[in-house]
Amino acid sequence: MSVKSTIVSQFEQVATEQERKLARLSDDTKLIECGLDSLSFAIIVARLEDSLGVDPFSAERAVNFPVTFGDFVTLYEGLAK
Amino acid sequence: MPSKPRSLWDSITAAGPPAGSLYGCGGGVALAGLAHASILGGRLEELRGRSVLLAMTDQLTAALAIAELDGVARRMVLLTPGLAAEHLPAVIAGAAADARVQDTDRSSPGREIGIGISVDARAPLEPHPVRRASTCETEWILLTSGTTGAPKLVQHDLASLTAALADGPPAPEVVWATFYDIRRYGGLQIYLRALHAGSLVLSDPAEPLIGFLARAAAAGVTHISGTPSHWRRVLMSGAAATIAPRYVRLSGEIADQAILDGLKAAYPEATVAHAFASTEAGVAFEVRDGRAGFPATLLDAPGSPVHLRVAEGTLRIRSAGNAHGYLGVDTGSFPRASDDAVDTGDRIEQRADRCYFLGRQGGVINVGGLKVYPEEIEAVINSHPWVRMSRVSARRNPITGAVVVADVVLAEADGTGGRPPSEALERELLHSCRRSLAPYKVPAAIRIVPGLEVSAAGKLARPDA
Repeated sequence: MSVKSTIVSQFEQVATEQERKLARLSDDTKLIECGLDSLSFAIIVARLEDSLGVDPFSAERAVNFPVTFGDFVTLYEGLAK
Repeated sequence: MPSKPRSLWDSITAAGPPAGSLYGCGGGVALAGLAHASILGGRLEELRGRSVLLAMTDQLTAALAIAELDGVARRMVLLTPGLAAEHLPAVIAGAAADARVQDTDRSSPGREIGIGISVDARAPLEPHPVRRASTCETEWILLTSGTTGAPKLVQHDLASLTAALADGPPAPEVVWATFYDIRRYGGLQIYLRALHAGSLVLSDPAEPLIGFLARAAAAGVTHISGTPSHWRRVLMSGAAATIAPRYVRLSGEIADQAILDGLKAAYPEATVAHAFASTEAGVAFEVRDGRAGFPATLLDAPGSPVHLRVAEGTLRIRSAGNAHGYLGVDTGSFPRASDDAVDTGDRIEQRADRCYFLGRQGGVINVGGLKVYPEEIEAVINSHPWVRMSRVSARRNPITGAVVVADVVLAEADGTGGRPPSEALERELLHSCRRSLAPYKVPAAIRIVPGLEVSAAGKLARPDA
């Protein structure tokens, strides 16, 4: 499964668990408008660390906080090799 | 002759009528209007000397009621939004509450529970002849979660809650905004600060973040406060530039270097400060140098009104901002250290001239500023027939500071082969957690493990990390 499809399925899974309505995800979708709250994102990041083996936020360098879904995917694609 | 108690209203009108306003989702209310008007429909006198439960959903209504009731009610119990209904009877009994203020909204918590007097609070203010005379020093009760999920009743008064406020003339140009709810300690501090200075923009849980930022901007926000989790959400919203504050404050969670740098980049003109406070210990300090942690020179500083020290690895605070104790059945469990300081339970490590927070002692987990006791979650997981034991711990998280994860040891299979495979088991356990726990307490991940370490004393080993 590609990094992007792993991320998409995590978004869908967590949205279902948190009983939230997920917007259609495209690269331009703003994270804040995709229907998930902070806790949902926290869970997604924790689970992606398990499935992809990386946490792009933990790197010892400044991180540009992602604003769109595309930013979010790029952040992971850059590290998950 | 004893001096007349000085109430919150006395304090904010000492230098003349207050110039500021409180802004809710539906509009603003000028504080000066409280001199001849009331949110309580003219029923303030009925609440004089009583122990009053403040059970509102709306923050603006609550903010106005607090300003009216201090110095009038014997005790005010600030119910936090989202408090589980099952805990209300214990709160009412513990606080000997004999009155309640609620908003007209049907969803006010505990509406169905009988109590001496019920007063409906109605925004906006209605003109009423009000006697703004303070006749007592009101005890303020703040709720904070305990190991079983039942809240503890933390005792404060106006003096302890305002101990960290600098004396100074009102500054009407100061407009505060806060992501916090003012019924929790962090938000209450901002509310009191704002009332003594200028104005305050209150948040609403139903309002999208972008809407709140737009409202804050429209009110001319200059000072704004939230947890690192709130601020990460702002930076991820793409709408950070909606506001241009000159002071940005973080508290309630460990502020790491990434969020401090992110905020400095987003608001280059602003002072970015992180503060440490807890409901029990009060406000300890504020750090403005843009670096994570705090200077070691703050420890054992002679002559400081807030005395900080580290003992047995945790931060202890002694100041006039300390809470007085717990009310009710939890009285004896207040974390008072031997020298009368409050033990915050926050573990500190000193590296060179800087002190850093390592997390909480005793396994308490901070998820986005909300306290989680592992024992409460373990109790839910352990009640499942397939589970022998479990251990809930924190996992560092860039969004909420930490999330909860659980390691679970299964009971011996009874040989009938009825137990589903691990994956289905994990799902089923998560499902049962979701049924009985608040969302932030539900583990982000559950792992089935062969065993868990038990200490020599027979207790579950909890590595402090």
